[in-house]
Amino acid sequence: MPREGVLVHRIYERLSKDQMERIHNASMEILTRPGIMCYNKEAADIFSSFGAKVNALPSSGCWQVSIPEALVLGALETTPKVVKLGARSEENSLILDGSEPRVYFASGSETNIWLDMRVESFVSKSDGSVEIKLATFHPRRGMLADLCAAARLGEHLDNLDGFIRPVNIQDEDITEENKDVNKFFACLNNMTKHIMAGLTSLDKLDEVVRMAELIAGGKEELRRNPLISFITCVFKSPLQLVDDTTQKCIEITRRGVPLVISSSPQGGSTAPIKEDGMVAQINAEILGGITLSQLVSPGASVIYGSVPTRAGLDDLADTYGVPEFNNYNIDCVQMARFYGLPCYSTAGVADVKVPGIQATVERLFSQIVIALCGAQYIHYAFGLLDKTATFCPVQAVVDDAHIGMVKSLLRAPKVDEVEVAASLEQIRQVMTTPNKLFVRYIRPKLRSGEVTLPYPFEGDKVTDDVFIRAHERMQELLKRPVEHIPPETSERIFREVPGLLPRLNTYREG
Amino acid sequence: MTDDIIEQIKQNVIQGRMDKEDEGFDGGMVGQPGVKELVQQALDMGTDPRRMVTEGLTEAMSIVGERFEAKDYFIPDMLASAETVGEAMDILAPHLAKSGMATKGKVIMATVKGDLHDIGKNIVSIILKGAGYEVNDMGADVTPERIVAIVTEEKPDFIGLSALLTTTMMAMKETIESLAEAGLRDKVKVIIGGAPTSAEFAAEIGADGYGADAFQAVRVVEELKQRS
Ligand code: B1M
Repeated sequence: MPREGVLVHRIYERLSKDQMERIHNASMEILTRPGIMCYNKEAADIFSSFGAKVNALPSSGCWQVSIPEALVLGALETTPKVVKLGARSEENSLILDGSEPRVYFASGSETNIWLDMRVESFVSKSDGSVEIKLATFHPRRGMLADLCAAARLGEHLDNLDGFIRPVNIQDEDITEENKDVNKFFACLNNMTKHIMAGLTSLDKLDEVVRMAELIAGGKEELRRNPLISFITCVFKSPLQLVDDTTQKCIEITRRGVPLVISSSPQGGSTAPIKEDGMVAQINAEILGGITLSQLVSPGASVIYGSVPTRAGLDDLADTYGVPEFNNYNIDCVQMARFYGLPCYSTAGVADVKVPGIQATVERLFSQIVIALCGAQYIHYAFGLLDKTATFCPVQAVVDDAHIGMVKSLLRAPKVDEVEVAASLEQIRQVMTTPNKLFVRYIRPKLRSGEVTLPYPFEGDKVTDDVFIRAHERMQELLKRPVEHIPPETSERIFREVPGLLPRLNTYREG
Repeated sequence: MTDDIIEQIKQNVIQGRMDKEDEGFDGGMVGQPGVKELVQQALDMGTDPRRMVTEGLTEAMSIVGERFEAKDYFIPDMLASAETVGEAMDILAPHLAKSGMATKGKVIMATVKGDLHDIGKNIVSIILKGAGYEVNDMGADVTPERIVAIVTEEKPDFIGLSALLTTTMMAMKETIESLAEAGLRDKVKVIIGGAPTSAEFAAEIGADGYGADAFQAVRVVEELKQRS
């Protein structure tokens, strides 16, 4: 049985059918005129061999590719509509079905800063007897040990369904050469949920896949239970197919490992700020990538990955807390559904650098809305601050609770003959009692999980101690054991996969 | 007449209106001349290019700066205005040279090898150009060898390097080392920027300056210029 996530009963949609068709047509026009600028020779050759118009532009070092609609539609036919993301414990698998609005929440992405929290006491200057405790936040560079901790924590966050490494490992002994194997091993060894990440070096792809095969129990087993998947952002917006990530996309597709094909334009800087223009462009970019994947390997498991943001007015940096971010993202979820494809979407990032009111508003705003529209895989949903530059584990613990509440909110209402009859009976029954209270009927619903528990970080109701309590909870979760990769497999991995740092070996002597 | 056209240049810079196709703030200005046409017209009328710079462009930019400080203007406004100044300077450059007014200096901008992030670098280029520098933007994923070649050929005063990935920050160091190996390190000032970099990192790799954002980049360049 895969993880449940939440099956959204009635999805929220912005675009009408006509509007989706209009966007689709605009995307098709974009793919033919101006077309895409392709910086990868192999991709240009592939497009050309399938009938796309390809012109070399030597002065720009690229090829102008005009992709006809028929090629895109043909590719969409072979693109799987259901993608399984496996897991070390198979009950943690995820089934992303393009026709079913079952929502899973995942972490992400590669932040450079890890935000520690401390609880400090402050004494009032006007009244020395008044002392309060406050959460203070302290940024530092993320390390491999932090990634292991994030994975352990993620294992115990009930509402985290999938894991994307939330922190960039910046230890002195991590190089471009050994980064991929170490980051994947750190995640796989510390959690049993699905692991997804970008690939730093293409030449490490086979080693990472080998590691996954050893864990899954062989090539075939990995195909059946793909416990890892990759993300490639093949486009540099607007419409430039990047050499490096395109090659990664081609090679990953050939290996048969699930792949998110994502694009991340910023409305106002690398795409139009207008909703229709932005969505038409990102949709064209994602479809361009998906088309390539299917030309390389028809039937390859790829996921429609949309990460549209809006340019900030004060620095033109990507912003996530504005309403337009939600509009763009909802439209993309709808476009994925229009093609019957599962959607990797985005929610939960705060623009502000530290946890607090602004962060809570910004992240919940998108977490609720994007879940409501039934995106299958919502990444970035845990602990991200500072526009994805910072990961705060305490914030991730708070997010887990909030996402739990979002999932409860979206559960289908139980209104049918049996339920209504039971309620009528309940009301009649209570009316016959002297105190006329429904309290006793809470109990079974509480036990079945239909009634949500009190806010887990509530204090004494006069002070706001949310972060202090979440910090305590985080420490408690981090003490809990996790199921590591078994010793024999771990030993084989260390023997057969070069570049792993000995300190990651759970079974190392001494 | 001359005063009129300089005033018009100024107002159009303040609105960031590049040319007659530009709709302006309220969408109703299509067809009216923008900075490009006005500067050309002014030149045809024999207007002193130095006055266009000081009374038109510079005054306009200081008003834009004030509005930005007051939060009446946002970065898109600032960039649009800076772009019009950059365009005007391109048109005026040969005339200014004839009248003995040199540009403030030449800057080569590049995102370093292996890195494709160029939004921040582009902004820095626009703002530097708008501040009166001659900017040659080499794009993204630029190898140290290409930088050495362009420094040899164009003899710029500054090189601006940008990196957004922790893995490509080291290409900045490599670039500085390549310049040293080619005997060019003391011929050019190197400033760096991009989210993962810092003033400490700049010092560590032997860069001359660090800019946290585009405005700081301009300040650093001005300071280095004054010192040299
Ligand atoms: C010379 O003097 C100076 C002085 C000041 C200078 C200066 C030079 N240069 C910059 N400044 C300063 O002034 C500017 C204006 O104020 C500022 O510039 P900035 O560039 O900082 O700010 C810009 C105005 C806005 N900021 C940006 O444009 C960057 C935004 C984020 C979201 C981002 C984007 C947009 C992209 N990305 Co990428 N991307 C992220 C970024 C996350 C983030 N929030 O920063 C980051 C940087 N990316 C990351 C990653 C991992 C990647 N990206 C990749 C690709 C891309 C896109 C192509 C999709 C796109 C770039 C589009 C483009 N045209 O540039 C890939 C790498 C490609 C490559 N080889 O470069 C890929 C590896 C993803 C993948 N798996 O494929 C992460 C880096 C982590 C790390 N390892 O360091 C990342 C932090 C996101 C994340 N949290 O995961 C200042 O820094």
